[in-house]
Amino acid sequence: MEYFIELFLSGLTRGSIYALIALGYTMVYGIIQLINFAHGEIYMIGAFVAYIVCGVLTIYGFHGVSILIIAGLLAIVYSCAYGYTLEKVAYRPLRGAPRLSPLISAIGMSIFLQNYVLLAQTPDFLPFPALIPDFAFMEPIAHIIGSAELVILVTTMVTMVMLTLLIKYTKIGKAMRATQQDMSMARLVGVNVDRVISTTFIIGSALAAIGGVLVASYIGQVNFYIGFLAGVKAFTAAVLGGIGSIPGAVIGGLVLGLTESFAAGYVSSDYEDVFAFGLLVLILIMRPAGILGKATKQKV
Amino acid sequence: MKRFSSLLIALVACSGLVSPAMAADTIKLGVAGPHSGDLAPYGIPAMKAAQLVVKKVNANGGVLGKQVELLIQDDQCKPEIATNTATKLITQGAQIVLGHICSGATKAAMGIYKDAGIPVMSPSATSTDLTQSGDYPNFFRTIASDDMQAKLAVDFAIEKLGAKRVAVLHDKGDYGKGFAEFARKFLDESGKVEVVLFEGVTPGAMDYSSIIQKVRREKADVLIFGGYHPEASKLVAQMKRKRMKIAFLSDDGVKDASFIKVAGAAAEGAYMTGPRDLSSNPLNAAATAEFKAAYGEDPGAFFHEGYAAALALLNAVEQAGSTEYAAVTKALQTKYVETPVGKIKFDAKGDAEGVGFSVYQVEGGQFKELK
Repeated sequence: MEYFIELFLSGLTRGSIYALIALGYTMVYGIIQLINFAHGEIYMIGAFVAYIVCGVLTIYGFHGVSILIIAGLLAIVYSCAYGYTLEKVAYRPLRGAPRLSPLISAIGMSIFLQNYVLLAQTPDFLPFPALIPDFAFMEPIAHIIGSAELVILVTTMVTMVMLTLLIKYTKIGKAMRATQQDMSMARLVGVNVDRVISTTFIIGSALAAIGGVLVASYIGQVNFYIGFLAGVKAFTAAVLGGIGSIPGAVIGGLVLGLTESFAAGYVSSDYEDVFAFGLLVLILIMRPAGILGKATKQKV
Repeated sequence: MKRFSSLLIALVACSGLVSPAMAADTIKLGVAGPHSGDLAPYGIPAMKAAQLVVKKVNANGGVLGKQVELLIQDDQCKPEIATNTATKLITQGAQIVLGHICSGATKAAMGIYKDAGIPVMSPSATSTDLTQSGDYPNFFRTIASDDMQAKLAVDFAIEKLGAKRVAVLHDKGDYGKGFAEFARKFLDESGKVEVVLFEGVTPGAMDYSSIIQKVRREKADVLIFGGYHPEASKLVAQMKRKRMKIAFLSDDGVKDASFIKVAGAAAEGAYMTGPRDLSSNPLNAAATAEFKAAYGEDPGAFFHEGYAAALALLNAVEQAGSTEYAAVTKALQTKYVETPVGKIKFDAKGDAEGVGFSVYQVEGGQFKELK
């Protein structure tokens, strides 16, 4: 039973990170039907910025939680700037173009950002300081769930609640929902669609940056390539939950994380990915639009 | 383009402006390995070793009276790029090749060199197949093979660590899985130890906590890991987080400064096998000094093996009197050469006689050789 709980919690931790990143994919897709392949790179840039800020702050004698908060906030600001610029440079000029063009542009930006970090920083793995301290009250159960995992779970939950509130109750949230339903109609009734899209990218990037900082301080290393696999997994989670649906992304992320964890724990970690993607195939066969996705009719 | 340039040289030569001998008369030594990407720290030291050796040899009059020219190509340790690298080196006229670094990339490239009749010497590819399978007759190496490493690791686990239940993990790669499979084979053959877990982990996966929990559930007392330092540092860091205190024993791919740098305190106490410490060998100390003088830092992984390989190859050409395949191969197999990894020659399968491994332990942020 303890083993089951251990696996459940590690799957939940992993899944909540997938969910954070998947939200960025799903929100962008919901509004402009674009799969933003460069989203994983934003996650990686968030982790790198936090790494650099940590180095600087350590020199100035800050410690522990204060570094985590300052580094986290700066990582968010920086990643948001990247997300905003990305949209402005790579996607906005292609707004009216066929759907494949922005997709190619997204793949290009992903490769560009990866190599940019490789050249500007380093191809090597860098040690990321363990910013999340080991809480004394967690020590008796540290072998089941560590402090870092607890912080990840709480942070992602708080973030998701805030996101829900933002979308449900604020003006920009309402505008986002309107744009998602019908972009041209929203424009007609006076919604500044371009601003809404920019905001969506900024929010998605902020979520990715939070994920990046949490994961980096949990596993203790960063590298220019970490965004790729995380991006692929998060994209899978978004599709699994129904791309375009926000609760879908969260459920997809958790389902994927738990599947991987249980597959590794009860079957074999050799087959971790086999189970994850096998599940995706199964769900798409039974529910082609994903767990919570709505099947939409395409006008031809 | 190549043909065009030689035509041009011929034309210029005919018009009596340069001597016709100038273009062709160098010994061309190809160097292939990862010089970019995350495995670059494994390839760059061997490349620098070749540069130092060639500089010295050229200053002393070259080989067979000819200057040695280096052709350097990056393969990023990727098999699909390595085949291009090999083709490129051959088109550029390489006669002997120092490389490749990773076993997977080496295997992919070997066929191309074989067809071109070029002897290849790797300072670091330890996959057993490369010498034992007989598929790569033109392959030589200045490092001991995986099964020797795994044998040493298993003996160490049984005799020194008193292992009873061993979990074996690997990174699903050619190198890591090879090491892990040999370890399992030797563990089973010993009859004293039970292999309680044998699994691969996905390199680059977000975390390994599920597999760590599994190792704990199986009550393993030693964890043997086959793979490279990024996964190893993640594993030891997560073991520490999960308050697991069993011995971690790994291979040469982990014995890299990056492992200690990235894993930090979690790396303390970890064991790994690696080439024997040869700093008492005067040639070895001289090579290190040469590197320090040129680059102002300590040489990285496979520097001495790379240095030895460059020396062995050039010595074989000198002894053979030509760069012709059969003659060079024969010289490699019969003539001893003094190198920073000891006085070596190669057996019929391409393994160097007289090189080996030791077990190291991380202690105070340093790799310490255990006697």
